[in-house]
Amino acid sequence: MDAVSPKSLSVRIWRGKDDGRFETYEVPARDNQTVLDVVTEVQRRHEPALAYRFACRVGVCGSCAMTVNGVPRWTCRTHVAKVAEAGEITIEPLRNMPRIKDLACDMAGFFDKWQKAGGRFTGTRNRAEPPAAVDPASRKRVAVDAAIECINCAVCYSACDVVSWNEEYLGPAALNRAWTLVNDERHALRRTTLDLAMEQGGCGNCHTQGSCMRHCPVGISPTESIAGLKRMSLLSFLVRDHAAADALAKTEEPA
Amino acid sequence: MSERGLFLAQRLSALLLGPLVLVHLAVILYAVRNGLTAGEILARTHGSAGWGLFYGLFVLAASVHAPIGVRNVLAEWTPLSKGTVDALAALFGAFLLVLGARAVFAVVMA
Repeated sequence: MDAVSPKSLSVRIWRGKDDGRFETYEVPARDNQTVLDVVTEVQRRHEPALAYRFACRVGVCGSCAMTVNGVPRWTCRTHVAKVAEAGEITIEPLRNMPRIKDLACDMAGFFDKWQKAGGRFTGTRNRAEPPAAVDPASRKRVAVDAAIECINCAVCYSACDVVSWNEEYLGPAALNRAWTLVNDERHALRRTTLDLAMEQGGCGNCHTQGSCMRHCPVGISPTESIAGLKRMSLLSFLVRDHAAADALAKTEEPA
Repeated sequence: MSERGLFLAQRLSALLLGPLVLVHLAVILYAVRNGLTAGEILARTHGSAGWGLFYGLFVLAASVHAPIGVRNVLAEWTPLSKGTVDALAALFGAFLLVLGARAVFAVVMA
């Protein structure tokens, strides 16, 4: 709090695409002010052409993630007082994704990788059948208690150094998604998802640096999900459950 | 071999190497504590099927395990193409296998 000037805040914001520059804006410093409030204030009062992305403003939608003073964050849940350094904040788009304009980046590649990691749900029942009753206390359901809270904000993807140097790497969010599906008893293609998550660009690339876990705004550990996928892959090789494998093979035939 | 296959091969060979390395180190410490010479050690291992099996397995596991790791390092740290990296790793594995097989032969047969 004491680092913030009592009167105004100096905000450096990235303008343009890759060959852009930082522009500095002065906005009033307020007692309760999130970084998203500041970006909105800049757009409303100083720079109407400023491009950025947000929706809910309360940490539910995962749209407003940006790099604030070098750290990927949800801007709506980041108080200026927590991050300002000597009355200054620097705001850039998320890392590891192509920039579109100003603070908005193209997330298409990020979501394509969810598909590559086998992240599409395929049900086993039709609408005439009763829904599956998943026991909340079952081992597989408990294993993904944290992981299913992911809202696809790409903070982990932006924080991951492996993603930044290896464009094939599917990244923590996609693999975390795969971990939720291989534990989902309603998902028909569990074996396929597991195999895809272990293939080229998959779990084998993770260096267990844990940046995803450190920066996840909801406290998920994709590192743990990736470790779970590796463990499951090894176990599925050592302990062959033939009946289950056959059943899976049958449901997976049309895919 | 698929990435998943390589991952499994590396994990399983590590599982083997763990105890093998420990026994290998323990035996070295035990054998040389009273100044046993290389010649005396070789005289004891000569013709031993047990040591032949032990080090045979050791060499096999090492020549599977190490090249997979080297392949990852090369892929991440050099601009070499995937095919070149695979070939270099396979060569390295074959090199370890030949070198190791020669050593095992020397310990139990030569």
